Parts: sequence; structure tokens; C-alpha cells
Amino acid sequence: MVVDKVIDKIKFSLFSPEMVRKISAAKISVPDTYNEDGYPIDGGLVDQRLGVIDPGLRCKTCGGKIRSCSGHFGHIELVRPVIHPEFAKSIFVLLKATCQSCHRVLVSKKQIDDFKAALKDEEIAEQMLASIKKLSKCPYCEAKQQDIKLEKPTTFYRGDKMLLPTEVREVLAAIPNDDLKLLGVDPEYSRPEWMVLTVLLVPPVTVRPSITLETGERSEDDLTHKLVDIMRINQRLEANINAGAPQLIIEDLWELLQYHVTTYFNNETTGIPPARHRSGRPLKTLSQRLKGKEGRFRYNLSGKRVNFSARTVISPDPNISINEVGVPLQIAQELTVPVKVTQWNLEECKKMIMRTEYPLVNYIIRPDGKRKKATEKSREELSTTLEPGCIVERQLQDGDIVLFNRQPSLHRISIMCHNVRVLPGRSFRLNLAVCPPYNADFDGDEMNLHVPQTEEARVEADLLMKVQDQIISPRHGRAIIKGQEDHVSGAYFLTRKSAEFIKGEACKILSIAGIYELPKPDRGGKYSGRLLFSQLLPKDFNLSYVSKLCREKVCKKENCEDDGYVVIKNGRLLSGAIESKGFESELIEKIVRDYGSDAAREFIDNATRMSLYVISKQGFSVNLTNYTIPEEGRKQVEEIVENAKREVDSLVVQYKNKTLARLPGRTLRETLEERIMMTLSKARNNCEDIVENHLGPENTSILMARIGSRGSILNAIQMAAMLGQQAVRGKRISRGYKGRPLIHFRRGDLGAEAKGFVTSSFRDGLNPKEYFFHSMGGRESLVNTAIRTARSGYMQRRLINALQDLVVFSDTTVRDAGGAIVEFVYGGDGNDPKKITKGGEVMTGPERE
Amino acid sequence: MARKRAIDPGEAVGILSAQSIGEPGTQMTMRTFHYAGVAEQVPTGLPRLIEIVDVRRTPKKPTMEIYLTKEYSKNEESAKKIAEEIEEVSLGKIAEIRENFARKEIEIIPDEEGLKEQGLTRGDIVKKVKKTVSGSIREEGNSIVITPKTTLLRSVRRTTNKLRTLHIKGINGISRVVVLKGDGEYYIRTGGTNFEEVLKWKGVDSDRSYTNNIKEVEKVLGIEAGRNAIIKEAKQVLDMQKLDVDTRHIMLLADAMTMNGEIKPVGRHGLSGEKVSILARAAFEETIKHLIAAAVKSDEDRLLGVTENVIVGQEVPVGTGTVKLAMKMGKK
Repeated sequence: MVVDKVIDKIKFSLFSPEMVRKISAAKISVPDTYNEDGYPIDGGLVDQRLGVIDPGLRCKTCGGKIRSCSGHFGHIELVRPVIHPEFAKSIFVLLKATCQSCHRVLVSKKQIDDFKAALKDEEIAEQMLASIKKLSKCPYCEAKQQDIKLEKPTTFYRGDKMLLPTEVREVLAAIPNDDLKLLGVDPEYSRPEWMVLTVLLVPPVTVRPSITLETGERSEDDLTHKLVDIMRINQRLEANINAGAPQLIIEDLWELLQYHVTTYFNNETTGIPPARHRSGRPLKTLSQRLKGKEGRFRYNLSGKRVNFSARTVISPDPNISINEVGVPLQIAQELTVPVKVTQWNLEECKKMIMRTEYPLVNYIIRPDGKRKKATEKSREELSTTLEPGCIVERQLQDGDIVLFNRQPSLHRISIMCHNVRVLPGRSFRLNLAVCPPYNADFDGDEMNLHVPQTEEARVEADLLMKVQDQIISPRHGRAIIKGQEDHVSGAYFLTRKSAEFIKGEACKILSIAGIYELPKPDRGGKYSGRLLFSQLLPKDFNLSYVSKLCREKVCKKENCEDDGYVVIKNGRLLSGAIESKGFESELIEKIVRDYGSDAAREFIDNATRMSLYVISKQGFSVNLTNYTIPEEGRKQVEEIVENAKREVDSLVVQYKNKTLARLPGRTLRETLEERIMMTLSKARNNCEDIVENHLGPENTSILMARIGSRGSILNAIQMAAMLGQQAVRGKRISRGYKGRPLIHFRRGDLGAEAKGFVTSSFRDGLNPKEYFFHSMGGRESLVNTAIRTARSGYMQRRLINALQDLVVFSDTTVRDAGGAIVEFVYGGDGNDPKKITKGGEVMTGPERE
Repeated sequence: MARKRAIDPGEAVGILSAQSIGEPGTQMTMRTFHYAGVAEQVPTGLPRLIEIVDVRRTPKKPTMEIYLTKEYSKNEESAKKIAEEIEEVSLGKIAEIRENFARKEIEIIPDEEGLKEQGLTRGDIVKKVKKTVSGSIREEGNSIVITPKTTLLRSVRRTTNKLRTLHIKGINGISRVVVLKGDGEYYIRTGGTNFEEVLKWKGVDSDRSYTNNIKEVEKVLGIEAGRNAIIKEAKQVLDMQKLDVDTRHIMLLADAMTMNGEIKPVGRHGLSGEKVSILARAAFEETIKHLIAAAVKSDEDRLLGVTENVIVGQEVPVGTGTVKLAMKMGKK
């Protein structure tokens, strides 16, 4: 991009009345908008010199049309000056800081010299204001100083006498420039008397456009309404003054003018009632337009709307690469990529324009900037008149570079660069392995797609944001794009010791992963799953780790009965089965670091596809009988429940007898609760063995928990054996009626069941009391989730705002926007968390044995 | 080889750090945590993390871990003794205080058992009371009777309240103590903190003792220690939730918070509120206030940061935007 204009800095200052008049294109003199014929009144608030909002009309100042004229300011001459409400505080400070008679700063010459000698320029003002004590005498003219008071929002008192804005203005005007500088006010740009308004700047109509309702009626913007109010009172005040009305009436009107001006600037000023619309809705005036989440700054300036984007529901597609995104044809036909026409691609572009089906050209931008739509009729002509310098906007095609995003965009990998794959259907398709960075699932999630429009943008996206380069998360240096859930289960079925396949199956499994070379069978005439899986690995790949499946205290290494010790030598999986630790972390991270992201992308694409094939071939599901424990097991569970209840009862008895041994630092009651909670959670945990034994290691839930693909043993326990203790605020349930949570219990019952211990399992179903307790716990967690998202969102916003300007410089320092050094070497060692291997090992290139 | 894992110049490490700490926020629990014994319900998870970045003057539940020197740490008795000495005892805790409005007197009835437990005598109390109250004091049987100088009812009540919280022994602010065993030694956990005093106490290992009050660490041990405390506390919160975040991110946050020699909170009263850029401050919070102040001072925005440039629609000075490279176009 050729940058021809750069804004170097922006200066803020006050407008002087002269400046306002100079800027103004029109003096507003009529407190009205349109006349009976619906035409703007000259000198009215929508004077045509202020710009145009109606199509077809031309601006009387610059002659521009609706888009080309951005509008011009006007002004209102206020009959009497009025205090600008937002500056009341600044005025107050200045009034207090200066002498009421000679208007010099109330700090002695000596002290000022001291400050000047000791402090930097920026600090003087602060110290000055701090040192202005309640001097009763001016150090220069020795005049006595009266108390200055500000009655919010805009009324000033000196002693007991109210100061009129005219008086305030005179006082401010008399403060000498040199003294203002000391107080941190730059008189060249911001004379304090300009804080009292004599002329009011009127924003262009384009800032406050009126809307035409269906009935043909015009509805004016809130600001216009407010300006009309100001004009009306201004005129009435003028008329009264000219007619020589009594001072009292004039002051009343003056005050009313002040009110309207105040609410014009800020309609949420404390201490005054907000100005309301006819319907009773408070008006949105200037302040409200800028402020807050929906204000100009956050809504329109920090975040901007874009073109060339699309949004639709997402759905999974394991057959496309992690680098790709499936784009519905409909969307591909709408979104375009600009192609610059040069002498070298002129013919190609002409052909492109003449095409009659899918990759069409939607628009052609002529060198003069005119945009022409390519239609069936206009194609011929456009193609013949095409010349170098034109830009052809062609439809999105396979391989195009796009950005893909899911909100909330909590981290940078919420937006990644994908290659387009145009597919039938109406949803975006994405590979399942890229769900974790987006935190996406397919229960109706929608995602956004953006098409970069410049070569630079495309190159940056491709080089820096490509999915395969984000496999390792910079948050913790671990894989975040990885096989999950069924991928892991599939990989386990493929690589467990017993897995072997006949030739036909082996061929299918390999070909699905894009491998067309069949290795020699290693198990008689059959192929072990491990052999097949090994084909995905680089030929010189070496890795060994203890997996989740290990249950031994002392590692038996290769002889592990649970397939718990994974050894990969020269690209061959020799022992151990692949479970979540391998597929979600070890394998992928090692491949990324040693073989690069291309190899890793290929591995993830192929391995997940292979796993899914294996798991879908054999089937993997659950049914009710999977959670039915045989009679023997049920008895054991019952026994555990009975024992636990008995133990709780005995604890309660001990508590009542006061023989319970107090835990250090706890009251007796707290001790009891603590002990009961421990007993009951132990009871539930004791079910683990029963559930595991009776459901067996091949039970889907148990298996998934063991290999870490989904769920935990606790889930299986809750489904098959018992739910266990329900808690609200981390304690047993105790709210509800006096001394009992439900009327079905005795008052003061401290037993297990009366406080939310659920002995039923999900399979058996809960009785009404248990159901109620379970709901109480469930509701708490819902409420917590809602609160948590709000709180953590705000925390993150603050963190980002505080740290966003910190950047690593080429001298390894981390500095903020002002260039101040935050860290001399990033992270103390200058390492990128994404590039180092976890555990602080030094990565020294491919590790090969 | 080392350069291979080096961070790229221009990397927006600030944003990276903020995202890495903020993103897991949604996964954190809100539950409180029981520290064995003292100060129940210590906030963990999100509330605690927010507390850390806010740098609250006192955390919701301040606690200390006091380690003892070798002579005291091996033996439970000696550890308990120090714990008892440290625990703050107020008069109200060991004595009943009665007001006699008719006679305009205050009667203090010490709890003999409580006294013995704390190793105190009535004399100790009398001495302390004499120091704080003006008036005559006499011992009447079991009780100590005070006749205050000023006999206004209001001032009698005020004196009583003062007496109730009168510090008798121990260290101010340490409301609860528990002796715990861990790693072959006894240590003390407290509810309430007074880091400065505790470190001076005989028998306390000042090298290892710790408080979770970050501000206090900074005050007593200095800014570097404050920085380390932020890192330690934040890391502890994340570890407890089993959330994996690289230390570098937390270090950068701590460094940014402490770079000017005092701990500044994250937010409008700290880091964000003191930014140079007017537009960045206006876009964060308190929009109008910042714009008005800038106008009065006729300040400039030099557009050096990220938000400012987004607002004016320019390239942002991070990443590839830091590179100022121009190519001469046209024929030679």
C-alpha cells in the first residue's frame, strides 16, 4: 500500500468565538427546520449551507452532493454567555487559583521559582494546584480572597453572591497568559474565557440527519431538537432584553438557556433533570454520542464495519485440510478478489469476464474509479474495453486466502488464515482439529469470513496467520490444533496391542490417509494397527513417553500390560497405544518442532482421517445397558451408601454430644460439615472401583475416560452408581425453610439426605427431593457461568488496554508506546513461548538418533 | 541455534500476554478456597485474579505463612508458643467490659482462664489501660473499675469502645493463627497480616515467610519483591485451576505493573489511566473527561500506540507495522 498521508499527531484545544465564526458557513437565526412546503428554511437549523442529506440536492456551500459533501458547521450567536458545562470544573479550579482582584496566580513568586527549579514543566501545574492553600490574601496585591463555590453543574458563587456567566467570563479573561501557563493551561490554544460560550458551534446536518418515516413525516435528530430549543430561548431572551423586561425575567430565561446548553452537551449531567423527547425518552445529546460501548469511540472508531465478509453456520468436515475452510458456492459467488489488469494478464482477464458459469467476474473498476457491474449483457462490451490499469473483481475460488473468525475473539488464534474450498451447501465447513482455537462446536455456531483485498494483506495473512503455523499455542507452548475425542478413540483402537487388520482393510485404512504404499505384513499375514499408524510418521521419528494408560507404580517399560509405554523408533510405533496425551500433545508438538508445520499439518490431516475411519468402521456408541451394574455391584454401592450414612449419623451424634474433635481453627459446626463432606465424597469415590469392575474396561465411558478422549470416571460413576453430594456455594445445601431445605425433612436434621446427598444414579433416576437438590446445584453453576463471562470479559478488556502497546524491539527490549523499557529482554531469556519446547529444554534442531 | 527460539522483533507481546491471561478467565471457577483453619473462604480463581490485577490495598482475605527458624520449627510446642505470642489479643477478647452509666464508671472483668491461656496477668491489663484512658483506675475485687475524667455519657461510651479493641499483646492485625505441619517442620498460618512486624519477630524465618498481600510485600521488601509477589500469586491462581499459562506472560504483566517503581493496577486508575495517548484513554473509559482535560491543556496525541492509530485509520505500530521500509519506484 502506498501511504501518501500520515497523521503525525493530533492536537486538542478550545475554539475561540472568532474561530467559531470563521469556521461557520451559516449563522443560524431561525429556530425552525423546514417550512410548510417541506423545504429547509434559510438561516434555520437545517440550512442548506450546512450540507445536504436529501439525495438530489446540492450543498450551497461547496456544491457537493450527498456523499461528496461532508457538511459544514454553522453558529448561533448567544445573546448572553453561557457556561460550557463540561468545563465547569476547570473554570472552578482557575477561579480558585487566581486572585479576585488582580487575577494573578495565588502562589508567591518565590515558590514559583522553587517549583521551576525543582520540577519538570509537566509537573509544575500539578504542584501549583496542590500548593494553593486557602490564602486569604493575594501575595501580589494583598487583596482579601473570598470563598469560591461551585454549585453543580454550572453555578458559581463568590462569597454569598452568585456570579453571572458574564462575570465569570470577565474574570477568566483577565488572567494573564504567563500565570495560565503555570497552571497547565496553554493560553495560545485554550484561553479560559473560551470555556464560557458566547457563540455556539452548530454541527452540520450530516451529523444529525433527519429520517423520513413511512408516513412521509420527517423526524428530526435529537441534536436538532435540542438546538431548536436553544434557539427559541435565545430569541425569547433577546426579545425580552430589547423590550427592557425586568432583570428577574431576564435571569430566568438566561438560566433556561443555560439549562438547554447544558443538556445539549450532556444530557446525563448530575443535578439537573434530563431533557426528554415528546415520548418521554431522554434525548441522546453530544456526550451520549461519544460515551460507552455504543458510543462513537468504541462502536465506530475502535471497531469498524467491513465489506468483503460473510457469516453463516459452521459444520464439520473431516475430509478437508485444517488449512482449508469450506465456503458455500452462494457465498463464493458474492465475495470477490480484486485482480489488477496488466498487459501480461489482459487476455486472461478478458476471458474471465466472458465466462458464463461459476468463477465469474462481478465488477470491473475502470482506471477512473468507475465501478461497472458485469452482467450477461454488459460482458461483451466490458471485455473489449478492458485495459491495463483496470481492476477486475472476480469471484472467490479454491485456494484463495481468507480470514476466518469466531467470536468472542478472546485470543489471536480466534482469527486465522484459511484457504478457500468452495463446496455445495449453505454452511462453512471446517476441520474438527481447528475447533479448539476457535472454541467452536456445531450446535448452531456461526463464523465470519473476510477476504483480504490487497496483495500485502494476503501475504501477511498467509505468512503469519495460516492455520498450520498456529498449531502450537503461544499461551502455553502446547498444541492447540490437535486430534480430539473420536480422533483419540480411533487412534487408540488402531494402535492398541490387539489391533490387526487383513490386507483389504489395511489398504483401505492407508488409502484414506493418502498412503498408497503397503508395508510388509508384520503379524503373520495380517497388519498390526501400529504398523499402519506408523506409516503416518516421518521415517526418522523417535519418541518415547509414559502415556495416560499407565497404571503401574514402577514403569515396566515395553512390557506394560496396559499399552502404557509408548516407544516410537525410526518412525515405527513399537509399543504402547496412542491416547490423548500422544495425539493431543506429544506427537504433534514433536512433529511441529522437528519437522515443521507442513509436516504437522499433513500428519494431523491424515491421522485424524485415519482414526475416524477406524472408529466408524467398528462403531463406537453407548446405550442404557452400558450403565447397568449387575445386582452384585448394586449391593456393593448400597453398602457404601449405608456405611457413609451411618458414619455421617455418628458424626452428627458426636457433634451433638460435643465429643467431636475440633479441627484446628474451625468451629465445631465447621468441623462437622468438613468431616461430613469428606465422608460423602469418599463414598462416591469408593464407587469408582465398583463401576470400573462391573462395567469393564471396554465399556465406552470407561474406555474414553481411560484414554482421555472424553469424560471422566466421575461421569460414569454418576450415571451408573450415584450422583453424590450436591452443593451450593461449596457447602451442603442448607437454604430453604427454617432449619431444613425442604419440608420433607425434620427441622435441624443434619443427616446426609436432608442436606442434598443424592444416592440415585442418572440411570436409575432421581426422586423428587434429589431432583430438587440437583437443580439447586445446577442453577448455581448457570448463574456462575453468566457472571463469570461478564467479569472475565471486563478483566480481559482492561488487560488488553493496559498492555496493548508493548512490543519487542529489535534490540530485544520490550517497550511501551512512549518508548519506555518494560523489560530488557523479553521474558528474561528472549525466548518465544511458542518456539521453546515445554520444560525449558533447548531446542537444537531435529533430534535424531 | 539459540536465535531459533528467540521472540521475533515487533511481536506484540503485550497483547499476547493479555490474551493469554484473559482467555482462560472464562474457564476459571468462582469458588472460594478453604485454607486449613484460618480465614475461611479465600478467593481463588477469577475473583482472586481480578484482585491481583486491581492491586487492592488489602486482599479480601489476607493471610500469611510464617516459617520459623530451625530452633523453633522442629517442635510443635515452640511453634505454638510463637503463634500465641503473635496472635493479637484485644481487651474485649479476654475480659468483659461493663458500663455503669449511673455512676459513670466502666468495669472490666477479666476472664481468669483466658488470661492464663494467654499468659497474662491482671497487672498487664491495668498497665495498658492506664496508658490509654485518662481517669482514675482502681481494682475492686475481681474487676478493674475506671472512672473517666470526662463524664459525658457519649464519651463514656467512646471509651468503652476504645477499651474493647485495646491491644493487649501480639501483633496488630493478626486475628487468627494456626500451627500447621508440612515438610518436616511446623509453620504458622495466620488470618490477617502485618508483614513488617512479623518479619522482625524473634524466631521467625524472615527469608521464607510470606504474605498474600502484594501491596504489603512491596511496602516492606520493595518493588522487586512486589513484582515477584504478583507473579507468584497470579501463577498460583492459574495453577490451582490447572490452567497452563507461560510464565513469560505473567512476568510481562508484572513488569508493566511495576515498571515505574510502584505497583499500578490494571485499569482506569492505573496503567490505562496514565497512558500518554488521549485517544487511547478516551476509547477505554471516561471518554469525556479525557477529551475535556486534553482541550484545556491543549495536549497532543502523538499517535504512537495501537488504539490511536486504529481510530485514525492508520497502520498500527506493532508487528509488520513497526517496519519502516520504502522502495524507490520508477525507472533508473
